Amino acid sequence: MRTLLLLGDEAIAQAGIDAGMSGVYAYPGTPSTEITEYVRSSKEAHELGIVAKWCANEKTAAETALGMSYAGKRTMTCMKHVGLNVAADPFINSALTGTNGGLLFVVADDPSMHSSQNEQDSRFFGKFALLPILEPSNQQEAYDMVFEGFDLSERYKVPVMIRITTRLAHSRSGVVRKTSRKQNKLRLPESPLQFVLLPAVARKKYNTLLNTIGSFETEALSSPFNSFKDGHDKSMGIIACGLAYNYLMENYPDRNPPFPVLKICQYPAPAELFRDIHDHCESILVLEEGFPMIEELLKGLLASGKKIRGRLDGTIPRAGELNPTIVAEALGFPRQTITPIPSLVVPRPPSLCKGCPHIDSFLGLNEAIESYGKGRVFSDIGCYTLAALPPYESIYSCVDMGASITMAKGAADAGLKPAVAVIGDSTFTHSGITGLLDAVNDHSTITVIILDNATTAMTGGQPSAALNRIEAICKGVGVEENHIRVMKPLRKQHEYNTQILKEELEYDGVSVIIARRECIQTLNKRMREKFKDKTKS
Amino acid sequence: MKKDIILAGVGGQGILSIAAIIGYAAIESGLYLKQAEVHGMSQRGGDVQSHLRLSSEPIASDLIPYGKADLIISVEPMESLRYLPYLSQTGWLVTNSKPFVNMTNYPNPDDIMKELQQIPNSIVLDAEEIATEAGSIKSANMVILGAASPFLDIAYDNIEKAIHAVFGKKGEDVVAINLVALQSGRNIAEQSIKRP
Ligand SMILES: Cc1ncc(C[n+]2csc(CCOP(=O)(O)OP(=O)(O)O)c2C)c(N)n1
Ligand code: SF4
Repeated sequence: MRTLLLLGDEAIAQAGIDAGMSGVYAYPGTPSTEITEYVRSSKEAHELGIVAKWCANEKTAAETALGMSYAGKRTMTCMKHVGLNVAADPFINSALTGTNGGLLFVVADDPSMHSSQNEQDSRFFGKFALLPILEPSNQQEAYDMVFEGFDLSERYKVPVMIRITTRLAHSRSGVVRKTSRKQNKLRLPESPLQFVLLPAVARKKYNTLLNTIGSFETEALSSPFNSFKDGHDKSMGIIACGLAYNYLMENYPDRNPPFPVLKICQYPAPAELFRDIHDHCESILVLEEGFPMIEELLKGLLASGKKIRGRLDGTIPRAGELNPTIVAEALGFPRQTITPIPSLVVPRPPSLCKGCPHIDSFLGLNEAIESYGKGRVFSDIGCYTLAALPPYESIYSCVDMGASITMAKGAADAGLKPAVAVIGDSTFTHSGITGLLDAVNDHSTITVIILDNATTAMTGGQPSAALNRIEAICKGVGVEENHIRVMKPLRKQHEYNTQILKEELEYDGVSVIIARRECIQTLNKRMREKFKDKTKS
Repeated sequence: MKKDIILAGVGGQGILSIAAIIGYAAIESGLYLKQAEVHGMSQRGGDVQSHLRLSSEPIASDLIPYGKADLIISVEPMESLRYLPYLSQTGWLVTNSKPFVNMTNYPNPDDIMKELQQIPNSIVLDAEEIATEAGSIKSANMVILGAASPFLDIAYDNIEKAIHAVFGKKGEDVVAINLVALQSGRNIAEQSIKRP
């Protein structure tokens, strides 16, 4: 037996390597980042010639994976939950084109928003696309489900979603490896029209998909990942989805609850799956990580009949991730006596690193914009979003990647002047460029500050897609050359930088200021590695 | 055997290397293990925690329930208090006494000490000072781990083996310093257990 100690993310990556995957495409996002990182640093993956790439955004990643599937090979695309919003177009439409080589969408949700803007439940997206979803309850299942996911995908020629959440993604446990499979050979789709979603083709393909749902349900009925265990106490039946199953079992040291338990880790879950537990139990408790999806299904619109308990009736909090204590209370166990947190303990929020280039950019901006007043700076997502907090309090928005430039344009159209956008280099290439083009076409009066720290720092320092090409991109998009300014955010340059910012804030048109200095963390890492190499040679 | 451990500290203080060493030693001792880590946002000087669960039987939850932790191991005193709701009534708290102040509203350190004194089973030690005596302030982590080692139910030589495995790449002298730090921490814990 080959057992490895792996994070949930790493288990998925290792399984991809072992299951004959030929490529993984992704844009980083907590808690999904470590899947691609693992494949990229795996010697084995390298020797097998597995392609592992960071892409400009989740949409380009998903489409690239679809292209690899078109060519007959197995592939996965990985993203955080909000990344699937960006990749929603290829996701939904690839359900209609179907696949050739096995294709997995691995989506990591973040209930409780440990490092996200929202806690959307990707199972709804899977359901919306009418696709099978696998939701592992532990690291071993995460590993096994990659094999099963590729099998399902190749059996029915559709993409399959694997949905994980933060706690599984970032928790380590022993995983037993399976025998490795070979990669697929290059092989074109049988029909030349399979991937051509012209209305006439799309209607046919949609019908094919609708006709396959029954098979997806049959698969879920016989899936080893869905299981029913009877119990003698029929006052309550428990339905536990994914990770929630572990929290349930945690409350029974002998792993033997007295109640009937239905574990669900594969969807779509058809009515038959619930029939027994529903008919034989007086009430049902639904434990699911995320939104009340199964609970809503069981309850129906009018909530008549059986007592269904869960997030909707307040048995479990409507928001936030589950944990064993919440589940214990839902099961009616008495509360543990606990020691409260002493009142002197205060929150310790993350902050910009000492020496971070963003600090100097914001100090300059704060001074340059002071005379205009507050509320004029739209921002984006990255380390620099921390500038919303004291001591900087420089920015007034953080919505979705790329929204700084477009929101600034909208506000400028409304008459706000100056309207400023602050965006990181990686976010700019993710989805800022198109917004800049809109602004240029409309001669909007916005000032765009691109914080170019040469990396995707927030998620651990992945490469930046347009390293050293930001000016060229802005020029290509049509920003006037004398309004593309570059400054180095350093304390000693403060006066000079503030002056540049002031000049561009006054300009009646689109201007871009590139604040360029490397992230301290990646710089230090590079230096350490350089030193290591030197001492070696 | 079953040990539920909360590891606490501040991003960048290296609680994950403590986790890695206990993890290695646990596997070496033939135990099951689950370890939930915190990645992302919380690493830039924010509070970080890790739930580390060891057991001779398979483990269900990745998270420790409130009131069930056998041990809190913390490299920062205020952070050790943040996780008190997890500590069982019979559990131990082992923490560094040296505050890590990266905020303006950090509480008065004397008040933190007063809170810590009220916890029946606690070991509070200045890990930096002891680590410096051992040879390098960087081994403060291992002093804390040493002080927690009597409560782990893992053979001491398996922990030493784990230090060899985890720090081996960095050279024999780094291993040696960390082993001395581990032993110093353990000695302090053993003295305070004897003198309740
Ligand atoms: C659609 C989407 N994908 C990914 C993320 C995760 N994420 C947040 S910020 C960020 C990268 C930021 O990089 P950059 O803009 O260069 O700023 P830096 O952190 O380097 O300052 C990522 C990947 C997200 N929030 N939304
Ligand atoms: S990781 Fe880099 S970009 Fe992020 S706060 Fe630290 S220095 Fe700044």
